[in-house]
Amino acid sequence: MNSLFSQEVPISWYLLLSAVLFSLGVVGFLIKRNLITVFMSIELMLNAVNLSFIAFAHQWHAVKGQIIVLFVMMVAAAEAAVGLAIIIAVFRARATLAVDRIDLMKL
Amino acid sequence: MTGHLNLWLIPLLPFAGFLINGLLGGRLPKWLVTTVALLAPLAAFGLVLNAAAGVYIFTHIQCAPGCPGCGPCSIMHPAVEKFGTWLNIGALHIDFSFVLDQLSLVMLLVITGVGFLIHIYSVGYMAHEEGYARYFSYLNLFLFFMTVLVLAGNALLMFVGWEGVGLASYLLIGFWFQKKTAADAGKKAFIVNRIGDFGFLIGMFLLLANFGTLTFTEIATKLGQDPGWTGGVVTVIALCLLLGATGKSAQLPLYIWLPDAMEGPTPVSALIHAATMVTAGVYMIARNHVLFDHSPFALSVVAIVGAATALFAATIGLVQNDIKRVLAYSTISQLGYMFLGCGVAAYSASIFHLMTHAFFKALLFLAAGSVIHGMAGEQDLRKMGGLWKKLPVTFAVTTVGVLAIAGFFPFAGFFSKDAILYAAFLQGTGGKALWFAGLVTALLTSFYMFRLWYLTFLGKSRSEDVHPHESPISMLGPLVILALLSICGGWIGIERFSAFLSPSVGKLPTEAGSAQLELILSIVAVAVALLGWFVADRLYRQKPTQPAELAAALPGSYNLLLNKYYGDEFYGATVVKPLLATSQYFLGWVVDTAILGGAAWLLGGIATLSGALLQRWQSGNLRSYAAWLTVGAAAVLLFVVVPWPTVWPDSMNWIWKMTGH
Repeated sequence: MNSLFSQEVPISWYLLLSAVLFSLGVVGFLIKRNLITVFMSIELMLNAVNLSFIAFAHQWHAVKGQIIVLFVMMVAAAEAAVGLAIIIAVFRARATLAVDRIDLMKL
Repeated sequence: MTGHLNLWLIPLLPFAGFLINGLLGGRLPKWLVTTVALLAPLAAFGLVLNAAAGVYIFTHIQCAPGCPGCGPCSIMHPAVEKFGTWLNIGALHIDFSFVLDQLSLVMLLVITGVGFLIHIYSVGYMAHEEGYARYFSYLNLFLFFMTVLVLAGNALLMFVGWEGVGLASYLLIGFWFQKKTAADAGKKAFIVNRIGDFGFLIGMFLLLANFGTLTFTEIATKLGQDPGWTGGVVTVIALCLLLGATGKSAQLPLYIWLPDAMEGPTPVSALIHAATMVTAGVYMIARNHVLFDHSPFALSVVAIVGAATALFAATIGLVQNDIKRVLAYSTISQLGYMFLGCGVAAYSASIFHLMTHAFFKALLFLAAGSVIHGMAGEQDLRKMGGLWKKLPVTFAVTTVGVLAIAGFFPFAGFFSKDAILYAAFLQGTGGKALWFAGLVTALLTSFYMFRLWYLTFLGKSRSEDVHPHESPISMLGPLVILALLSICGGWIGIERFSAFLSPSVGKLPTEAGSAQLELILSIVAVAVALLGWFVADRLYRQKPTQPAELAAALPGSYNLLLNKYYGDEFYGATVVKPLLATSQYFLGWVVDTAILGGAAWLLGGIATLSGALLQRWQSGNLRSYAAWLTVGAAAVLLFVVVPWPTVWPDSMNWIWKMTGH
C-alpha cells in the first residue's frame, strides 16, 4: 500500500476547496462595507474559479483550462488596475470607502 | 386622321406655364409672368387649331368628289396616342393614352380658345392684385387638368383631370384666402364635389368589375357586341356616373357649391364656373353615352335632373341681387338644359349648347367683371343703374350676351337651345313635359337676364359716390371677340354640327320630327323669350316701383326664392349638422376621448404603476445589487445543476405550459 502522499489527491477535494473559497468570496462581497475588502472578495472568487479550472485541466490532461486561467489572471490584473484607480478616485471625492455611503444613484 | 399630332403637348404646355409661374413667379418681372401665362394657352390653342385643320382637310378636301389621288372617303377615325403604361396588374391594364376625336376636338377648341381669351382678360382684371403670378399659375394648372380630362382615353385618366380641375377650382375660388367667405366657398366646392367623385369612383369600380376595362372604346365595343347589356348593372353604373356629373356640373342635388364659388375672381367664374369645368359632367355623359343609351331609365333620370335643375335654378335667379349670383344660377340652369339634352339622347345638341353657352356665359361673366371693375368692386344690382353711358362697350357686349342667352334669333343661344327643346319635344309624352319645363325656363331666363340688363345699365344711377370707368383694352378685346362668337357661334347649325359629331356621340334622335314642327317650336321659343323681355321691361323700366310692391304682395314666395329655397339651410340641417354632431359627440368624445384616449391612459397607467413598483428594486445600494446578482446566479445554477425530471417528474410539462403552449 502506498503512502498517503504518493496517492493522487481526488479532484473532488480541489472542487470542494474551490467551492468553499468561492462562497467565502461571495459572502465577503455581500457583507463587507469596505470597498477594498469587497474588491479582494472578487479576487478571491476569481481565484476559486481558477482553481477548479486547473483541477479539471489536470484531470483531463487538457491544456485549454490552463490557458483560460492565464486569461483570467490577465483580466484580473487589468481589473485590479482599473478598480484601484476607481477606488482612489472615489476616496478623493467622498473621503470614504464605505459602500453604503456611495449611493449617489439612490432615488 | 393621319400624322402624329403630339397630343401630349396640349396639356403639357399649360403645365410648364404653371411650373414656371408657380415656382419662380414671385421673382420674375411682371411682363415675363404675363408672357409665360399667355403663351401657354396660346400655344395649346395653336396645337388644337392645327389638329382641327387636319380634320378639316381630311373630311372636306381629301374627301371632296373628284379629288385626284385621294383614297376612298371614310369617316374620321379617332387619333389615339399612347404614351406608356400606367397600371398593369393582372387583368387590369391602364395606359396613359389620349384620344382626339370629334367630341374632344370641339371641347378642346372651346377650352383653349375661350381659356386664352380669359387669360388675356385676366391680365387687365388682375393687374393690381398681390398674387398675380400665383393667379396665372393656377389658371394654367386648370387648363392642364382640363385638357387631360378631355383628351383622356380611359375613365381613370379622365378622373385624374376631373380631380385636378376640382383642385384648380378650389385654389381659385379661395384665391383671396384671407377672406373667410372665399376660403369657406372653396372648401364647400371641394367637399360637395367629393360626394360626386364618390359616385364616379363607384361607377369606375363597377365598370372594371363588369367589363374588365376602363377604356371608353373597349367598353363601347363590349356593349355593342352583347345586346344583353341593358338595365340592371348598366343602369347602376350610369346612375353612379350621373352622380359624379351632378357634382361637377352643379345639378340637383349637388348644385349648392356653384353660387358660393362666385367668391373667386370674376375671370375664374367665367372660365371655370361657367364655360369649361362645370361642363365636364356633360362631357363625361356624352363620352360614356353608350352606357346611357343602354339604360333608358338612367337616361330619363338624366333628363329629369336636367329639367328640374334648369327650372329650379332659373326661379332662384329671378330675385337675386348680386350680379354674379344671377349669372351663377343662370349657369346652373343652362347646365340643366345640357343635361336635359343628354337625357333625351340628343348629345350633339347638348355639346352644341355647351359650346354656345361657353361663348355667351363667358361673355356675360367677363362683362359683369368689367362692370364690377368699373364700379370699384360693387356687385349689388340695386346700387347700379344708368351705366350704359359710362361703360358703352361693356353695355353693347352685355346686350349681345343677354340676347344670346335669352334665345333670340339669330344669336347663338337660339340655335342650341332650340335644338335641345326640339329633341325633347319629340320624345313622347314625357318629352312634352320636359319641353314645357324647358320652355318655362326659357321664359324665366329671358326675364332675369333682362332684369339684370335693366338694373345694371338703364334707368338712373342708384349710387352717387362712385365714378364708373370703362375697362382697359386688354379686357374689352376678349369681350368683343366673345360677343362676335355669341352672335355667330350658332350659325353653323345643329344639322352640320351633329353630323360632324355623330361618329363620337351618335346621331340626333330627331327622325320623328319635321322642319315645320321645328319652325313652330322655334317661333314659340322666341315668343316666350319676347314675353320675358316684355315683363322685365314693364317691371324694371316702365314701373320701377312695381317689383318691390310685387315682393310685398307675395312675401312667402319672394322670401322663398330670395333665400334660394333654403337649400343651404336644408343641407345644413340634414347633412352638415348631423355629421358635425356625430363627429363631435360620437367620434370625438366617445371614440376619441373615451375609447382611444382611455386605452392610451390605461397603457400609460400600467407603465407608471409597474415603474413605481419596480423602481424600488433600484435602491442605489451597491450591496443590494450584488445580492440580487448572487441570487440570480444561484437560481441559474439551481436550474442547470439540479436534475429536475427526477426531482419533479412533471416539471417539463409545467414549463411547457407556462411558456404559453
